[in-house]
Amino acid sequence: MKKPFLICVLLAALCGLSATASAEDAVAVAETVAAAAPVPDKGDTTWMMLSTLLVILMIVPGLSLFYGGLVRAKNMLSVLSQVFAIFALVSVLWVIYGYTLAFGDGGSMNWMIGDLSKLFLAGVTPDSTAATFTDGVVIPELTFVAFQLTFAAITTALIVGGFAERIKFGALLVFSALWFTFSYLPIAHMVWATGGFLFEKGALDFAGGTVVHINAGIAALVGAIVIGKRIGYGKEPMAPHNLPMTMIGASLLWVGWFGFNAGSNLEATGGAALALLNTIVATGAAALAWMFAEWKLHGKPSMLGIASGAVAGLVAVTPAAGLVGPMGAIILGALAGVVCLWAVSGLKKSMGYDDSLDVFGIHAVGGIIGAIGTGIFVSPTLGGVGVAGYSMGGQVVTQAVGVLVTVAWSGVVSFVLFKLIDVTIGLRVSEEAEREGLDTATHGERAYNL
Amino acid sequence: MKMVTAIIKPFKLDEVREALSNIGVQGITVTEVKGFGRQKGHTELYRGAEYVVDFLPKVKLEAAIKADLLDLVLEAIEKSAGTGKIGDGKIFVHELEQVIRIRTGESGPEAL
Repeated sequence: MKKPFLICVLLAALCGLSATASAEDAVAVAETVAAAAPVPDKGDTTWMMLSTLLVILMIVPGLSLFYGGLVRAKNMLSVLSQVFAIFALVSVLWVIYGYTLAFGDGGSMNWMIGDLSKLFLAGVTPDSTAATFTDGVVIPELTFVAFQLTFAAITTALIVGGFAERIKFGALLVFSALWFTFSYLPIAHMVWATGGFLFEKGALDFAGGTVVHINAGIAALVGAIVIGKRIGYGKEPMAPHNLPMTMIGASLLWVGWFGFNAGSNLEATGGAALALLNTIVATGAAALAWMFAEWKLHGKPSMLGIASGAVAGLVAVTPAAGLVGPMGAIILGALAGVVCLWAVSGLKKSMGYDDSLDVFGIHAVGGIIGAIGTGIFVSPTLGGVGVAGYSMGGQVVTQAVGVLVTVAWSGVVSFVLFKLIDVTIGLRVSEEAEREGLDTATHGERAYNL
Repeated sequence: MKMVTAIIKPFKLDEVREALSNIGVQGITVTEVKGFGRQKGHTELYRGAEYVVDFLPKVKLEAAIKADLLDLVLEAIEKSAGTGKIGDGKIFVHELEQVIRIRTGESGPEAL
């Protein structure tokens, strides 16, 4: 009978002690809470690593095959090599100096570019964190570095479609490294980094309509014009050699784009879900719009048309993904489907440039529709999530400034780089090599040994 | 001996082969070819870029036969390859000077 009593006394004593202790702890905790660094959530971290992988899926197999199917059989491997090599190149450059220049604090130059404080990823450890859109919520900085790496890589790789089938491989690598440095990094900083010119102006670009698509689309157009048309363009047939490959590529792009758009939310929340749903429905609407428009205008609904429309929709919803409602996304997608069809047929024909794989017609034009449209459909009255101090007119003007800055910046940088490379090492392969095909002439191998 | 060359629609090849075996033709050689005749080509559109395809895919078949089989062969090809629509193809008949079976060295009609 004594034992239970003793236990009770002991328990009572312990309770008293612990009560005192917890009161003291509470004070101590309250003091440290303000200073304690937020800890990344495992769900967010997982989502961002998964999103990073999805964007890599967009590039290495997705974009490669989408582009590869569209060229002639003799140039298949050249396009696959170009996209693959650019991904590899930009990955390395990104961790050496890209990340710090894009997301660092550039001091007096911060409106345009970051600094070199994190050169070679100095100070970036598994414990360092990057901010998200929610105060107090962070993700591991290494995850952010890897995720943003994939954006830099796909943007640079997108450009090859403009001058496919005729560029010198070495010249392309030099161009890619320089363009990444002088166009991608400043635009990414201006749009996405705190203190960046367009970021502070309030320009909305959820996942990279300006940074990725307009930026790359303009570079591709300038490249197509500076390099000149392919031999026989408009006279000889240059039909795509393997549209099933293009279809596989477009499908991988679509799937990967969920990492691109929903991942840009940086957290696994309802905002990511909104971006994910928008990335489905805008794409569907754009594929349908292109298909019906083509059916009406050219007589037949084509597979290439459906796939191209889907990509146009993906581009247009990129800046809008987490900001507009699903109905706004459908309208944006449908608009992009029709306008981009016009851009790759009517506009391209009347202007006479040879943008081989329509990077300008789909990515720049679709990107501009998306960028401007985001300013409209972000409006809460149109189902968007709204932004502080929103007025439609004001936001559209801000969006237009973002577009103009990107067009001008990328246009000038690309033009200077292409000209510079042309007079030094030469941009274009010899006529003989172009007729033979770049696969054997440049790479010494053949895609199909049937 | 005669050499019969026929240009036919690709999907008619099986019927023609069967018709020829039925009348005792021992072998034929087939090639996938492209060409144009009275049948017009078609246009293909890729993102608005229009390509006129003038040369249509056809199958060329060649059969070396004994001269007395010629009428039967011509009739068999005409019947089996015909659809009544433009683009059914043509048959060409040539004199055949010599035939040699490589394995045995036989020559002339016995080599057919």
